[in-house]
Amino acid sequence: MNSEVSARGPYDYGAFFFSSKAEVLEKAKTYWNPGKTQFWIDSGVPLVIDRREEYFLYDMTGKRLIDTHLNGGTYNLGHRNPEVVQSVTTAMQHFDIGNHHFPALARTALAEAMIASAPEGLSKVIYGSGGGEAVDIAIKTARHATQKRKIVSIVKAYHGHTGLAVSTGDERFSQLFLSDNPEEFPSVPFNNLEAMEDALRGRDVAAVIMETIPATYGFPLPAPGYLLAVKKLCEEYGALYIADEVQTGLMRTGELWAITKEGINPDIMVSGKGISGGLYPIAVVVVAEQAAGWLTEDGFGHISTFGGAELGCIAALKTLEICSRDETRSMVHYLSDFIGEGLRRIQADYPDWFVGIRQNGLVIGLEFNDPQGAKYVMRHLYENGVWAIFSSLDPQVLQFKPGLLLKPEVAEELLDRTSVAIGRARDEVESLRGAR
Amino acid sequence: MSETLVEMPLEPVGVPRGRAMVERASWAARSFAQFDIESVRLIAEAAALAGEAHAREFAEQAVAETGFGVAEHKVLKNVACSIGIWNAYESHDYASPTVLEDQKIVEIPRPAGVVLALTPSTNPVATVYFKIMLSLLTRNAIIISPHPYAKDVCSRAAYVMRDAAVAAGAPDGVIQVVEEPSIPLISALMTNERVDVIIATGGTPMVRSAYRSGNPAIGVGPGNVPVFIDKSADLAAAAKRLIDSKSFDNSILCTNESVLIVETGTAGQLLAELRKSGSYILEPAEVGEVRDLLFPGGHFDTAWVGKSAVKIAEAAGVKVAKGTKVLIAPIDLAVPEEPLAHEKLCPVLAMVTVASAERAIEVARAVLRITGRGHSAAIHSQDAAITMRYASSLPVLRVSVNVGNSLGSAGIETALAPTMTIGTGFFGGSSVGENLQPKHLINKTRIAYNLSDSVHMPDFAQLNPWSAPASSIPPYPLASNLEGAPVLVTRSVPADISTRDDLRDEIRRLVIEELQQIIKG
Repeated sequence: MNSEVSARGPYDYGAFFFSSKAEVLEKAKTYWNPGKTQFWIDSGVPLVIDRREEYFLYDMTGKRLIDTHLNGGTYNLGHRNPEVVQSVTTAMQHFDIGNHHFPALARTALAEAMIASAPEGLSKVIYGSGGGEAVDIAIKTARHATQKRKIVSIVKAYHGHTGLAVSTGDERFSQLFLSDNPEEFPSVPFNNLEAMEDALRGRDVAAVIMETIPATYGFPLPAPGYLLAVKKLCEEYGALYIADEVQTGLMRTGELWAITKEGINPDIMVSGKGISGGLYPIAVVVVAEQAAGWLTEDGFGHISTFGGAELGCIAALKTLEICSRDETRSMVHYLSDFIGEGLRRIQADYPDWFVGIRQNGLVIGLEFNDPQGAKYVMRHLYENGVWAIFSSLDPQVLQFKPGLLLKPEVAEELLDRTSVAIGRARDEVESLRGAR
Repeated sequence: MSETLVEMPLEPVGVPRGRAMVERASWAARSFAQFDIESVRLIAEAAALAGEAHAREFAEQAVAETGFGVAEHKVLKNVACSIGIWNAYESHDYASPTVLEDQKIVEIPRPAGVVLALTPSTNPVATVYFKIMLSLLTRNAIIISPHPYAKDVCSRAAYVMRDAAVAAGAPDGVIQVVEEPSIPLISALMTNERVDVIIATGGTPMVRSAYRSGNPAIGVGPGNVPVFIDKSADLAAAAKRLIDSKSFDNSILCTNESVLIVETGTAGQLLAELRKSGSYILEPAEVGEVRDLLFPGGHFDTAWVGKSAVKIAEAAGVKVAKGTKVLIAPIDLAVPEEPLAHEKLCPVLAMVTVASAERAIEVARAVLRITGRGHSAAIHSQDAAITMRYASSLPVLRVSVNVGNSLGSAGIETALAPTMTIGTGFFGGSSVGENLQPKHLINKTRIAYNLSDSVHMPDFAQLNPWSAPASSIPPYPLASNLEGAPVLVTRSVPADISTRDDLRDEIRRLVIEELQQIIKG
């Protein structure tokens, strides 16, 4: 696409062209989102993604980055995974988005595959076009099934930005738009069973919604037995358990659904991001029969033109198949061990700075000894050819998410670059502290 | 209706999954390369015992699935290639460093990594066992691509060894098998850059495509074994050994004898012994009938591979006694236009009568001009000078003496390395010029000190870079806040530095029409 021969310059992408990266950044501020655009420039991560393949992103300037953010797992299988590309491209010879009102070929096939792969007890699939919408569907389903309104979530949780989802999540995103609603959406501290029981005691809670490992909060790990205890409390107090597996699902933790590692069969499970194969937006909500009432009583209760788009279903079918392979599971186990060992060796070099590793398979959070620690590390990583994001709701923690299919030598290179970046961030923070 | 989906010219079925298998193997190989010799021995022995335990079951299944061979003989091969290989190499060490004091050199064995093993339909389970044993002894990960005619029994055999190996501590993914081999998948595997070496045991087209793949390859060449029984031989013993060898597994080992050369002086007595040992000498007209049956249009009909002498005789309209093991077909000249002078993977033995040992050597050379260079030859003789002249005149790399060549050249009844893969060396266009054995799957990193007396080499005797694995490889990914999860590392762990070659500039094109013959091979 970047043809030097083009009369329109080196940044000619066919459908559009730009004369320089500076022009892109200027126009992004003018026409798109000035706040975000300037933020990244100020943070030392002025990234405009051009080429993308395997687990590599290339900035317009040609700078190569190992993608360790993966948009929360959207790119679990890499950028433009050839098998998913082939699936969707071939499907485009026959399918389009489809008519969401009708029973459909691809939607039915995916629903069947999802139920076969999902934790026990789940029997119906509802489609959305994104994770936020899927969370909304999950909440609406729970409210209908229980005829209660309250949704309990975790402080600093993140479930997306659509109507109900944003109210459920942390106030950082809801207050801005006057969507905060603590009456109906109470939240309790993570890993605190007393607070959870207090919130449920009134028997007026439709569901507890829980990211299996809260992502935007920096992957604090659930204490051993915590989630199972929450599930038991739900059962005791007549609430449903909604497992938000958007980031933790699809083999990232070494099993297809992280919730099964906790020994839990949720009433409702949400999957998004990665299930798109990185190519076509789709999200799914998988519900147990006892929660699925509205699908029979009033099938048109939730409608979504793009939800379960047939092309998206085909991308999802291929993604599910790849994630479920023995080979993939084996590689995720190897990679988890390799990355974990490597990070622990780096930690041994900087024990006062790199103070914690939170790891469950390839869900990894790195803790640094400074309230904004992860932002420094993020910048040095970018300079050193790695893209990883700080946790917006806890900037001490860096999200570190290697791809499921990452090759061993790239993993080794990733650790080398990370080691250097962490060291430089430490030096920078120390010199800033010294200067104060 | 699926017929409305337009097929785009993209990857054939199975190819992406094949790639995933190679990736998994590369992880397994990385881990396995760190194992010490004690761990390796536990694994190899366990796999050998498991293979032996199923030797008979798989021998019978192989005959049933392929439709040819002799189950009793396959049992022998399966045992030889499992426990036999273990016994041959249990005291060998292809892992620990060796210090060469005088040369001031330390040699560190390094496994190839990912071995892609193509296995034949003729010795299906034996070759699977053999190649797995070699890989385990040398800390390599192996992917078996079986011949489609034997894929079920080969998969089962591979899994039996795999399960035993992993239970004994081998890394996950160390042994994998392609359950549904196809030409596009095999070519994709062969050209996969992450494959470190291909061992191709099968027909010539398959071996050639392995060499052209761009990856290092070890291939076999075909045999066309001349066997000379000279006048000094113990004729009775020679006849028995020859007939037993030729009828072993109905001649499907590539080491089976092809053309018998006898001297006029002893021919009569030898023929009597051959008859006594269970062979039938074809009359001239019968030779023609057998020739037409086996070589319609001048090419060997693979339907007769591994079929018994009795079945062949029956089909050719030749009456033979019920227990006949071998049909002997007298011919005049070993020339290319005489089909019976070519390799026959069935119990039909051509025979040429000559006036002298010198003539016999010339005929043997003629046989090898047709095919079989680098492979093997056999002689039955008490005369060392003739044996030396025979062996040094023939372009072969093994000459078995006073033993059946089937097992003799394969190292099962001689001291040659026991093998299912005969390297034919420069004579035969193969990268290996001896019987395939464990050493062919490793290289060595050599530490070389300055020879000058002013430089002292410290004591390396206690320095072993390898170790026993801490747990099952890979360990289960427990959340880091659970008991039993790994903790902070304080010791420095040696990094395994594997360098990859640069990406090749172009993909070699495979000659598809030659590959079609894989099925025939």
